[in-house]
Amino acid sequence: MMKKLFALLVAGFVASAAFAQEAPDVLVQRVTEEVLEIIRNDREIQNGSTNKVIDLVDKKVLPHFNFQHMTALAMGKEWRKASPQQQQQLTAEFKTLLVRTYSNALTSYKNQKVVYKAFKMAPTDTDVLVRTEVHQPGNKPVQLDYSLERLEGGWKVYDVVVAGISLVTNYRDQFGQEVRNGGIDGLIASIANKNKSLEANQKK
Amino acid sequence: MTKSLGLSGMRKGRAWALGGLLALAGIGNTIAEENPHDPYEGFNRSMFAVHEAIDKYAAKPVAQVYDNAVPLPVKAGVGNFFGNVGELWVGVNSALQGKFSDAGVDLGRLLINSTVGIFGLFDVASELGLERHDEDFGQTMAVWGAGSGGYLFWPVIGSRTVRDTLGWGVDIMGDPVGYVDSIPVRNSLRGLRIVDIRASLLPADKVVEEAALDKYAYIRDAYLQRRRNQIFDGRPPRLDD
Repeated sequence: MMKKLFALLVAGFVASAAFAQEAPDVLVQRVTEEVLEIIRNDREIQNGSTNKVIDLVDKKVLPHFNFQHMTALAMGKEWRKASPQQQQQLTAEFKTLLVRTYSNALTSYKNQKVVYKAFKMAPTDTDVLVRTEVHQPGNKPVQLDYSLERLEGGWKVYDVVVAGISLVTNYRDQFGQEVRNGGIDGLIASIANKNKSLEANQKK
Repeated sequence: MTKSLGLSGMRKGRAWALGGLLALAGIGNTIAEENPHDPYEGFNRSMFAVHEAIDKYAAKPVAQVYDNAVPLPVKAGVGNFFGNVGELWVGVNSALQGKFSDAGVDLGRLLINSTVGIFGLFDVASELGLERHDEDFGQTMAVWGAGSGGYLFWPVIGSRTVRDTLGWGVDIMGDPVGYVDSIPVRNSLRGLRIVDIRASLLPADKVVEEAALDKYAYIRDAYLQRRRNQIFDGRPPRLDD
């Protein structure tokens, strides 16, 4: 009897752990649909309210992103030249930049439909690509892929690829240039300046 | 320098193509530290400045007016129409790359959309599950093994590698609009197509403007990544980080 109960308990644990580890494709689809649903019903976001859309992204999207990995990927070999403190600053500034620019892109969402491509993975995979497509009338569908890695807290996105363009590695040459010109601190300063000027110009 | 010997012939071909283009370009390489992805950066940056001026005062305002004034179903019809006009050439390139079932799909799309889709205004074929492909002669040359050559930026045309500049020249020969007899009709179609393409890029403008530390470099690297993705039909092998 005790044995049975114990087995049941263990089974329950395993099941809930599996549930917490939501599959990456399920995660992408769930978050995408939740976010689009909110945008569809929010006039302020549709009218371009940066604050509101950033708020939405902050709550719904960011918990599923690994910005440290994203920043390391964007930096390439320069990443190891940065001290832990510089890495932290870089991650914070790069996060602000990415969140602001791509949240704003969400405000122009209308009439598009997201199609989720068939997804296969082995249970042992720790690094996967989830493929989606954005369809809009009169235009070719746009490929929109997410690279995810398995971490303790679940699957986290570390790269977003639009039409084959990684929004992360697309910064590598620009970052390298800044580091050559002004070192790691120069790069931190120029991303911070960019963020400040974007904030000054934003629509409330 | 231990790469396969088979490349040397191609290198020669590339060098020849480069020589021709550089004569045209007038060589403006003044950047001290050369970016391996962008050997003609000096020339490109000056062309980029010209392009930005043309875009700011001509192409973009026209595209914005079009985008605001024309209702969505009409814009979609225009986009579908030009997609259909280019379908035969897409099919030719699919076939040239040995993708014969893709070429069959492209031809099927052309037939269905030209008839049921009323001269291509409606993309009925996509609704039927015939997927649209993205091919051009630059990609065909890449599949045949031609290297990309250096990156170039042309006013109006925009980003092209050396190979893709040549490919673009061949694409023009494969463009049915060029064979329209009436000059006013031909020019109107060309003009409308440019406006349609430019209007479809308007949402991306804002993102690039906001996201880039250096707009020129952002556009260059995005172009190079996108082309690689197109050449591998959306599934490029992973690069080592």
